Amino acid sequence: MASLPSSSPDEHQSFDRARVAADLRRLLGAHAVIASEEGLRPYECDGLTAYRRLPGVVAIPTDGEELRAVIGYCHGRRIPIVPRGAGTGLSGGALPHSEGVLLNLARLNRILAIDPLSRTARVQPGVRNLQISEAASKFGLFYAPDPSSQIACTIGGNIAENSGGLHCIKYGLTVHNILKLEVVLSDGELVTIGSDALDAPGFDLLALMTGSEGLLGIVVEATVKLLAKPQCARLVLACFDDVVKAGAAVGNVIARGVIPAGFEMMDNPTIRTVEAYSHSGYDVEAAAILLCELDGSVENVEEMLGKVETILRESGATSLRVARDEAERQRFWAGRKGALPAAGRISPDYYCMDGTIPRRHIAAVLTRIAELSREYGLRVTNVFHAGDGNLHPLVLYDSRNAQELRIAEELGGKILELCVEMGGTVTGEHGVGAEKLDQMCVQFGADELDQFHAVKRALDPAGILNPGKAVPTLHRCAEFGAMHVHKGQLRFPDLPRF
Amino acid sequence: MPAIAVSEKPDARKEFREIIRDAAERRTPLRLQGGNSKAFLGRATAGTVLDTRGHAGVVDYHASELVITARAGTPLADVEAVLAEHGQMLAFEPPHFGAAATLGGTLACALSGPRRPYAGAARDFVLGVTLIDGRGRLLRFGGQVIKNVAGFDISRLVIGAMGTLGLMTEISLNVLPRPAAEATIRLERDTADAIRTVNEWMRNPLPISAVCLGDGQLHVRFSGSVGDVRAAAAKLGGVEVEDGERFWSDLREHRLDFFRQAPALWRLSVPPTTPPLSLPGRWLIEWNGGQRWLVSAASADEIRRAAAAVGGHATLFRAEGPQESVFHPLAPGIEKLHRALKAAFDPHRILNPGRQYETI
Ligand SMILES: Cc1cc2nc3c(=O)[nH]c(=O)nc-3n(C[C@H](O)[C@H](O)[C@H](O)COP(=O)(O)OP(=O)(O)OC[C@H]3O[C@@H](n4cnc5c(N)ncnc54)[C@H](O)[C@@H]3O)c2cc1C
Repeated sequence: MASLPSSSPDEHQSFDRARVAADLRRLLGAHAVIASEEGLRPYECDGLTAYRRLPGVVAIPTDGEELRAVIGYCHGRRIPIVPRGAGTGLSGGALPHSEGVLLNLARLNRILAIDPLSRTARVQPGVRNLQISEAASKFGLFYAPDPSSQIACTIGGNIAENSGGLHCIKYGLTVHNILKLEVVLSDGELVTIGSDALDAPGFDLLALMTGSEGLLGIVVEATVKLLAKPQCARLVLACFDDVVKAGAAVGNVIARGVIPAGFEMMDNPTIRTVEAYSHSGYDVEAAAILLCELDGSVENVEEMLGKVETILRESGATSLRVARDEAERQRFWAGRKGALPAAGRISPDYYCMDGTIPRRHIAAVLTRIAELSREYGLRVTNVFHAGDGNLHPLVLYDSRNAQELRIAEELGGKILELCVEMGGTVTGEHGVGAEKLDQMCVQFGADELDQFHAVKRALDPAGILNPGKAVPTLHRCAEFGAMHVHKGQLRFPDLPRF
Repeated sequence: MPAIAVSEKPDARKEFREIIRDAAERRTPLRLQGGNSKAFLGRATAGTVLDTRGHAGVVDYHASELVITARAGTPLADVEAVLAEHGQMLAFEPPHFGAAATLGGTLACALSGPRRPYAGAARDFVLGVTLIDGRGRLLRFGGQVIKNVAGFDISRLVIGAMGTLGLMTEISLNVLPRPAAEATIRLERDTADAIRTVNEWMRNPLPISAVCLGDGQLHVRFSGSVGDVRAAAAKLGGVEVEDGERFWSDLREHRLDFFRQAPALWRLSVPPTTPPLSLPGRWLIEWNGGQRWLVSAASADEIRRAAAAVGGHATLFRAEGPQESVFHPLAPGIEKLHRALKAAFDPHRILNPGRQYETI
């Protein structure tokens, strides 16, 4: 297992669990603080279960004032704070600090207001993603970003990760769908970022805060945009006998001016896995399946549908099926949406990767992943948001075999480095967290990393918010660089090796 | 579709870095400048001009990826022409305010046009930025892919920073297909009613892509498939405007009569559903009510207070002579963050110091 980030703020004194718990109980009441080992256990990891650590103490504020009190307390004593929403994150962003406070935001879970005329919702950070769309539904509105984890994940977590979803090719990521945040900074100060207008004066702090993984501030309230529900949605399921053709087909559809609402791809191993689990009616012989969803007005969707069918056929689709009704549409989607749980059925464990590449390299990257899978002797299934080139290779392994976890991580790391080599990124939507620190050293040079640290220091001079996550130390990169010589070039040649 | 070849124009980044390093050493301010078409916007600044136009050209463009990468000094018109050849566009519909406008200047000012509430703002389409910070370091953030959450989103942070955080040298943008059809209608509506009406319309999936209201008239543009555009125009009624395209580009470029001979032009950005404000003067309203242009004799203080009272902000967009305060004053906590970020990117305060705010 790659080493966990251990960095703690320089000045912090040794952590006295009983004392901190007692102090926090005075601030929040006894019911809102957990310090017993069995009580802490459920918090030891997030969705990335390979990384585990018990938190020092768990604090569960019920309103913004209590939350500010906790932060003020921690700031005064330089105690690290790790915010946590639903803990569905897949990069260890909410991995606790053993000498810190895990701030559970689950009780800040109220929808404060929905304004149908301005099409906005004002919510607390612990509100679940799907809850917003459910509440907006009676006005004919919805909140667009829809991560597959949407029944569980919170809007605070979505903002911290800049989460995407199945429909972000058309509707954008979290950063495109929020207007205003109330944020508590590390010194306890409450600031308003963004506004109810379409822009705010000065720097784009709203963009900076989105995707900052809890390192720059704690979101205590968010105003999000709502959109009118499209009149109808139709789904095309296309099979290909060759992943190269399927990859090219994605580009062909988009180059011809169609922006699907969702555009997903699965390779053969995934198709076999999910079909056994969800009975979606996928052709298990197909080398790849594309799911292309079109939404809008009935007439427009019909028009695009015709166009998409032609392009897919010209691109070499061996079969095309358009979902006849809503039930069939849901069934076609079920397989894709259940890809992760399905992997869990055929393998004791899986490691979900999250690189993004320019779409035109899909076929080349899949071929290389297959080679890596053979080299390392672990199965890899591929499911991804083809429309935006965001890959989710699942590396299948068995954690009971310590050796396998190490190999899975190494293979995963290679896949991410391949994404960078192809002009992409090590994380499209799951974040860096505790997991991809080494790969950040591959994607960025020392100057960029230094600049990230400078930004962190500018917003959190005390260094208490989720320390050690998201941005690797230069020291760590030097060590990593010494092990991995990238394309014949030693990264960070100027830094001392240890 | 073929990629566009890398520009053959010289790469001026090395030269820019030397200029900036030198200025940092001497603590002498620089005035970053593209086509100088937005010289009117912002506070007056002194400094040696660093002209970005020597660093121009489209570097990479794959229509099927919906991504274009161009150097900051590229004329905005060139970028749009290349995209148009492939049936694509910058969906934030940026105003040029002059033929010389460059891509870098447009993004530094974060200017977006009539399509902004429906398609997104300039920053929404930014995927990656290469910039030179105030120490002369060349830094690359983001990239050429639509989804990318590695590291803080510095590519978007610098959009609208008016060159105060770094000199952008290269920008990658997400582009969109041009709509198959567009149509514009005109209706008679008073302002209060129109603001409410357009926001009611937005609750339905109509293909609205611009609205403008002023002088009792409401212009609405539709973009999309031929059928959708026709159906929407029929549904909302009104008179079809013959030269709709011209109307929207005149609005975007401030060539409509409204903008003529205005001694001072204010831009109020307010929550779109805000009813008409009671400030004296002439109004022209876009973005479903979110962007309101005002020509008024009211004092800056009065205008700022009225905008702030409804949760918005006011910019003195154009004025005669240099101005002390152009952009809306920042809340103290936010101002503190601006100063800390400025120090992190430009510790010697040599990049466009004072252009946006006195202390930045
Ligand atoms: C089955 C499954 C499917 C998934 N599918 C997708 C998908 O399609 N797209 C996608 O993008 N992701 C997906 N994810 C990942 C995950 O659901 C998202 O990252 C989600 O946004 C995390 O939300 P959370 O509430 O669980 O946050 P957590 O995991 O609790 O926290 C995530 C990060 O946010 C920080 N944080 C939490 N709340 C706040 C706050 N209020 N202020 C500041 N920082 C905060 C934490 O410190 C941590 O760094 C999936 C996960 C699973 C398990």
